[in-house]
Amino acid sequence: MTALVIWQFLWPFGLIILVPVVLGAIGGSAWRVFWPLALALVVGVLMQHQVRTNMDAYSSKQILDVGIAIILAVSLTIVNGFTGQFSIGHAGFLAVGGYVAGSITYYGSFALFGSAGATLGTMSGLYGAKEGAAFVTGGEGLFLFALLAGGLIAALLGVVVGLPSLRLRGDYLAIVTLGFGEIVRVLIQQTPQVLMSKDAIAAAKPLSVPLSVGGSLGFGNVPKYTSLFWVYAAVVLTLIFAYRLKQSSTGRAMLSIREDEIAAEAMGVKTTYYKVWGFAIAAFFAGIAGGLYAHTIGISLSPVDAGFQKSFDIIIMVVLGGLGSISGAAIAAAIVTYLPELLRTPDTLMKFAVVGVPMLVIGGALLAMAGKPDQGPGKKRGHDPRAFPRAVIGLGVIITGLSILAFVAKRFGINLSDYRLILFALALIVMMITRPQGLLGVRELWDGALYRPLRDFFSARRAEGGAA
Amino acid sequence: MDTLLQTLKDALTIGSLYALIALGYTMVYGILKFINFAHSDIVVLGGWLSLVIATKLLAWLGVDLAAGGVASWWVGPVVLTLAMACCGLIGFTIERLAYKPLRGAPRLNVLITAIGVSLFLQNSGQLQFIFGTSPRKIPSLISDATLFSIGDVQVRLLDLVVVGTAVALMLALEYLVFHTKIGRAMRAVSYDVRTAGLMGIPVDRVISFTFILGSSLAAAGGFLWALNFSVIKQPADTSWVLLGLKAFVAAVVGGIGNVRGAMLGGLAIGLLEGFGSTYVNPALRDVYVFAALILVLLVKPGGILGKAVVEKV
Repeated sequence: MTALVIWQFLWPFGLIILVPVVLGAIGGSAWRVFWPLALALVVGVLMQHQVRTNMDAYSSKQILDVGIAIILAVSLTIVNGFTGQFSIGHAGFLAVGGYVAGSITYYGSFALFGSAGATLGTMSGLYGAKEGAAFVTGGEGLFLFALLAGGLIAALLGVVVGLPSLRLRGDYLAIVTLGFGEIVRVLIQQTPQVLMSKDAIAAAKPLSVPLSVGGSLGFGNVPKYTSLFWVYAAVVLTLIFAYRLKQSSTGRAMLSIREDEIAAEAMGVKTTYYKVWGFAIAAFFAGIAGGLYAHTIGISLSPVDAGFQKSFDIIIMVVLGGLGSISGAAIAAAIVTYLPELLRTPDTLMKFAVVGVPMLVIGGALLAMAGKPDQGPGKKRGHDPRAFPRAVIGLGVIITGLSILAFVAKRFGINLSDYRLILFALALIVMMITRPQGLLGVRELWDGALYRPLRDFFSARRAEGGAA
Repeated sequence: MDTLLQTLKDALTIGSLYALIALGYTMVYGILKFINFAHSDIVVLGGWLSLVIATKLLAWLGVDLAAGGVASWWVGPVVLTLAMACCGLIGFTIERLAYKPLRGAPRLNVLITAIGVSLFLQNSGQLQFIFGTSPRKIPSLISDATLFSIGDVQVRLLDLVVVGTAVALMLALEYLVFHTKIGRAMRAVSYDVRTAGLMGIPVDRVISFTFILGSSLAAAGGFLWALNFSVIKQPADTSWVLLGLKAFVAAVVGGIGNVRGAMLGGLAIGLLEGFGSTYVNPALRDVYVFAALILVLLVKPGGILGKAVVEKV
């Protein structure tokens, strides 16, 4: 019995050794495939275990939402940030992936297990899994298959949507993607009602069964497999994929299209090919995110999820984080998803002053200490020792501002969460005017360039000290 | 035959409203080259302001229409003028506060700002002390008694007023754009902002004027929309977003940046939607519109009346 339990836990680890070895035998590098899978597994297990043991259901649901938002934002970064094609129909891919995956698990469960209830494995369910259930078995295997299938169908649609980029550029392409998202929404609205029982499925025409996803009523009875494990394993894989893509020759070709399409074409970059690739990859990950979203507890997938308001949510994350920055998109996704929730709890928000005020003081002191920017001949342009203190002050202003807002709201008995969307809209406008490049610009958290202001600050201090 | 006539009448009414709203999109795009996503919210604002102004005005006059009846003939025009003026002012403010600081910034940033403005207007409109979240009925300002009927199709005074006002406003705009000095300045700025500036055209003032014009046309669109359907939905209702999107599609189909194209596109989209939903499948009315958009863009990217833009290196 014990041996069986151990085996049930160990076999996926065997799988992540087996898959890279087979791939390595075919001719790739086994290690390249192995460590992301292993990392995804470890991070997933850690998130699942730590969050579930230390937090209540509501907080862990929020952390789960953040994970899905990160996958979405990073996927849109690939098409908006890397290739520079402005897509405003990204939610269409989300919905397609979600509906395909949901339909596969729902009707697949009827076919395989006889009912649509989730047969939970160890890693499923926010609120606890069945005791003794095996890791990735039965229902979870189906779920994994459904996620991949949803992603692939979305990727195929991504190719279809990317093809007009043969003829269209810039805004016109953006409008076509918008039209695509709306068409997906309306078509989903036309789908027949969900078949609720085995008899109904047997009575229906075989071809119409997988398409019966509830129309405008929504598709809420998808078995709920999504857990922190699955979401964060997918987050890790998405981030590693995006990072590698950015470093690869494909990624550099994409970046060159973003910088100047005509110049890239003149240099021999097959622009259409890479643009379509960008759409397909982005759609794949959006489809995966859609699948995870569809199987989340408390979510009823509905046609609105394909609408352009959902697309805008994703665009906002990408732009706030900095177009083309993977880490920026991930951070912004977390902030955008979590901040509205924070506004519900002004007491927590007021405590932000503990961090914000010292930041203001320290930033001010540093600014006073900082030297003048180098402007003399022979020196590198753009060294500004004041950039770092300014960044500290900027962050301090935002954090302190939030806590002052919470204080004022509490003092006058205003319920901030009634105004949270208005505040959010205002923050968006102010952000675009004062810092249009977004949080990180085109840089990444791991780029040395991001820390140059810090280096400039200290090197200027040292130079001054040496002179004096 | 009656079905045909009825469809034609409805499609022309809706189409003329699309055209009126599309003008705002097309003028802003022509000059600033960005899709003003907040335009549909100005339409909503126009509709709701008309409702509020009409209610207050009637209360001030001591007229109670609860039992039925129609307001005096001059109330409608007064409400329309006030709503247009308010929305023009709001459009001006939005442009000055949100878009002007971003002159010369990447277009994506301006677009995001427009989305921000749109979210702001939607969500503040939903507040209980502004417009609230429940649909309301606008007082009947124009009689909806049947004037005459062709076959079984009844033509009401209301229909004539809605279509007539829309057409009159479009003719006025046509005159303004093509036969006045400020219109020539608008066309010059839309043709080439830098050169227009060098030639002594006050670019910022022209842009502000364009926003005022577009916003007041949007207000008129909202007013007529409210009159036509008599019930006006809450500010963040999805049907408003869809209305804005369709008007935008109309602008693109007609050739974005082109004033006459927007009018033509509005009518075309209205007819397509009307006939498609009557004769093919009413559930797919939105699909026709967006499919038409994609087809037109693929076949003639500049729209029906637009010129394809040649990209210069």
